[in-house]
Amino acid sequence: MDTFQILLMGFLSIVIINNLVFTKFLGICPYLGVSGRIDMAFGMGCAVTFVVTLSGMLTWMIDHWILRTLGLEVMQYVCFILVIAGAVQLVEMYLRKFFPSLYESFGIFLPLITTNCAILGLCLFINLWGIDNLLEAVVLSAGAGLGFTLAICIMAGIRENLKMADVPESLKGAPITLITAGLLTLAFMGFAGMIR
Amino acid sequence: MATDEIAKPALGETFAAGLWKENPVLRLLLGMCPTLAVTAAVKPALTMGCSVIFVLICSNIVVSLMRNLLKPHLRILMFTLTIATFVTIADLFLKAYVPEMSAKLGPYIPLIIVNCIIICRAEACASKNALMVSIVDALGMGIGFTLILCVLAAIRELLATGMIFEAQVFPAGFVGWLAMGMPVGAFITLGLLLGLANVVSKKA
Repeated sequence: MDTFQILLMGFLSIVIINNLVFTKFLGICPYLGVSGRIDMAFGMGCAVTFVVTLSGMLTWMIDHWILRTLGLEVMQYVCFILVIAGAVQLVEMYLRKFFPSLYESFGIFLPLITTNCAILGLCLFINLWGIDNLLEAVVLSAGAGLGFTLAICIMAGIRENLKMADVPESLKGAPITLITAGLLTLAFMGFAGMIR
Repeated sequence: MATDEIAKPALGETFAAGLWKENPVLRLLLGMCPTLAVTAAVKPALTMGCSVIFVLICSNIVVSLMRNLLKPHLRILMFTLTIATFVTIADLFLKAYVPEMSAKLGPYIPLIIVNCIIICRAEACASKNALMVSIVDALGMGIGFTLILCVLAAIRELLATGMIFEAQVFPAGFVGWLAMGMPVGAFITLGLLLGLANVVSKKA
């Protein structure tokens, strides 16, 4: 297989089959918190996609070019989280300057991207899968971000309709959202085994 | 010693709050990712719970000790760095002494760094309270978290394999409920558990 095909396969697999939200349970907090309205969900997805691509690339570079050559693998987690916090800060400044209305509507969830497990999780998975070239790491990161956007938008669409449904009193809010997510996961399991 | 007298009855309450009234998973909906990811069986769930208790107590101690030195805008960064340090310690410990569990939990141990429970407790409790209260709070929250993890894991392991803690419970002819061991089972079981908690707390 040539390089392009490998990249395409990796990309598809992380968007659909190994979707971080559905199969690895990463990024559940914003997934449940922000998925109330579809426009906010999409904005959140874009912000996460940007941060995850940036930090996936940076952490790969730091890990391979600095930490491994110096034998400082112990520092991995501390470095990763610093890179992510920096990237989030960047997005925050950019949004406040150019899209103030979007910035207002995110509120507390924007700084919380730092503690979004999808991002740190992806950096760790890239490390775990032993991805050894930069291009592949970048493609996988972008794919992970897109997969998250896909998941959160589908969820927001369902939840907008769920408002009209007659949900039992005790299951309102988070419980029914989790059950919906479970059924969604079941649907996505149909893709399992399609590639590798 | 007026402060001591006020603090003493509160300690028990702080501890109990973490178990039910402010239970991190059932009430505050914090730390969902590990809750869903490691609860396919009781053993990894227990390992995860203990690691979280360790990190939570250590970070609460450190944050509580340095709470007067913190600058407001650097606060979160300091919390995160403190937590990352202790998680690294826990990760290395698990790798050295229980390698098979460490391999099974994989990246979910380093993911404790971004577990909202720990940052939330550092922010809401340890950065405002004295050492003793912070430790008790960490203990209560940690045990509350571990308890829910184990309950969820026990239900899923029992239905998926007929065993709890790798000991046979159902008769040998039991056909496992495969979906319970997969992500679907995690989402739906937790959803129903949250619903159950709502019903119980409304009656009480």
